[in-house]
Amino acid sequence: MSLGMLLQHMANGISLGSLYALIAIGYTMVYGILRLINFAHGDIFMMATYFAFYSVVSFNLPWYLSFFIAIILTTALGMLVENLAYRPLRDAPRISILISAIGASFLLENLAIILFGGRPKAFPISELFTKVIKIGTVSIQRLFFIIPVTTVALLMILIYIINHTKTGMAMRAVSKDHETARLMGIDIDRTITITFGIGSALAAVGGMMWGLKFPQIQPLMGVIPGLKCFIAAVIGGIGNISGAVIGGFILGVGEIMLVALLPNLTGYRDAFAFVLLILILLFKPTGIMGEKISEKV
Amino acid sequence: MKRKDIYLTVVSLLVFTVFLIYAHFRFDAYKLRILNLCAIYTVLGLSMNLINGFTGLFSLGHAGFMAIGAYTTALLTLPVATKAQNFFLKPIIEPLSNIVLPFFPSLLIGGLLTAFIGFLIGAPALRLKGDYLAIATLGFAEIIRIVIINAQRVTNGALGLKGIPATTNLWWSFGVAIFTIIFMLLLINSSYGRAFKAIREDEIAAESMGISLFRHKVLSFTIGSFFAGIGGGLLGNLLGTIDPALFKFTLTFNILLIIVLGGIGSITGTVISAFIVTIAGEVLRFLDQSINLGFVVIPGITGMRMVVFSLMLMLVVLFYSHGLMGTNEFNWDRMFDKLSAKKLLAKRRD
Repeated sequence: MSLGMLLQHMANGISLGSLYALIAIGYTMVYGILRLINFAHGDIFMMATYFAFYSVVSFNLPWYLSFFIAIILTTALGMLVENLAYRPLRDAPRISILISAIGASFLLENLAIILFGGRPKAFPISELFTKVIKIGTVSIQRLFFIIPVTTVALLMILIYIINHTKTGMAMRAVSKDHETARLMGIDIDRTITITFGIGSALAAVGGMMWGLKFPQIQPLMGVIPGLKCFIAAVIGGIGNISGAVIGGFILGVGEIMLVALLPNLTGYRDAFAFVLLILILLFKPTGIMGEKISEKV
Repeated sequence: MKRKDIYLTVVSLLVFTVFLIYAHFRFDAYKLRILNLCAIYTVLGLSMNLINGFTGLFSLGHAGFMAIGAYTTALLTLPVATKAQNFFLKPIIEPLSNIVLPFFPSLLIGGLLTAFIGFLIGAPALRLKGDYLAIATLGFAEIIRIVIINAQRVTNGALGLKGIPATTNLWWSFGVAIFTIIFMLLLINSSYGRAFKAIREDEIAAESMGISLFRHKVLSFTIGSFFAGIGGGLLGNLLGTIDPALFKFTLTFNILLIIVLGGIGSITGTVISAFIVTIAGEVLRFLDQSINLGFVVIPGITGMRMVVFSLMLMLVVLFYSHGLMGTNEFNWDRMFDKLSAKKLLAKRRD
């Protein structure tokens, strides 16, 4: 393989990894604060692409406005799911809330099927993103730059929010200990809702860039990316935001490189993530950046 | 068990057998298929309930286990000629192409192979807890499906298998279902069953009482996967065609719905809700078609049925988390008590 090809695959892997990272952040934040795998996260990501699709196609809005509207709507949807499906189960056993999450995920998928139809739709793409840039022998779309840059920018903003604002401090406190945080005067429900909102907004951005990269959207498109991004969050160490980003990149680059270097294994592309997950869980269950949690009796 | 209870059980089993004989000769193919599905889902629900309900291991790998059972049974029972027809893209590997076994040994081999793979998966994965176990088992199920898609010379890949002999009938499905119910009852009330429940309630307490966590978890997981494989085998030979798309997460979701609705940790609940969910799944098909009320026609929306199903699961978890039976089991005394209590109330009202 020539160096040019390798760089091309690298660029592809990095942009895929950035998308995984954006969605993985939502998983890791929710897991950090609620100890819950938000199974509906992948479907919230799917809904975001449909919101953007309909604002462009049905209302003829320019892409930047429709993306903005889609982000707002997705954030609201994430908060709504938290309010209806997870909040009533705050004190219930963990299994109940996990089942509720699976139920919410199926509900969103099937609602999408009846509302938007099961047939795939073509995501509208602006010229702006698809223009090809040539650097030496490597020719890549602008999108391949825009995706990682957006991801890094959003990550910076997120880390600022978490480390330097009151809301962020509340989020960190709640993720350590609900009871103590409540005693310190933190509104737990509000903090959790905000966490879901931020996670969903990032998933919305990820969803839209996903739509630009793979311009075919359908109601079940969130399932496999959702699972893979959860895996990315686990690889990085669940509950840890930079871990989620690292996990996302490992998964994205690894997947593309697997297909590029070992073309025989192309069919096993989706299995790669699961194999990686199982290896990580067996040998380092806390992930790359995770902290060790000892179990109390 | 008291003598009266034994009589009552035997009599109700006889009544049920008479009903099955009637159904076998009088019901049309569609109704027979639904009845068969009820029995198969009972087996699957019980096997998942053993792992998730009685041992408290949240496993989401059922679709994968069913796939192994279904493919093994189907490949062993397919006639040689049909095999050649199925594998027209790439020929099937050597010894498998000429082996044809009767249904029962095939089903058993399917179950044992699934149990073996369940053991191989369980031994490392059961070190994980809670959601991690859930996601790891989900991952394993997905890996099994991807391997089935890619192992074209063994499983015919994404094309699936067609023309599987439709051996599953009421006797097979209900026979296996009743065997599973009796087996589970005996298992749950044995020392192993008590150990499973102890692990579910509190792992650390169970371990300090001298229960080997690892051994019991793996045992429960292996037995559960055995019955999942058997259920899958019955399903494959009922439907006549199987392909990898059948064994997606949706299938696990259906079984999860059954055990949540019936009560996580109740055999009776699982049996009742396997029937309710399977029959409701068919009855609710009207939601997908248009409804004519005479003066107005409500257009049918395809997919409405699944929306109702997912809503049902969420409503049960949110407002009725014990399900139909909680962790209770059926017993004759309680039923008579309830009946007589109702009569007393009715009398008092008069």
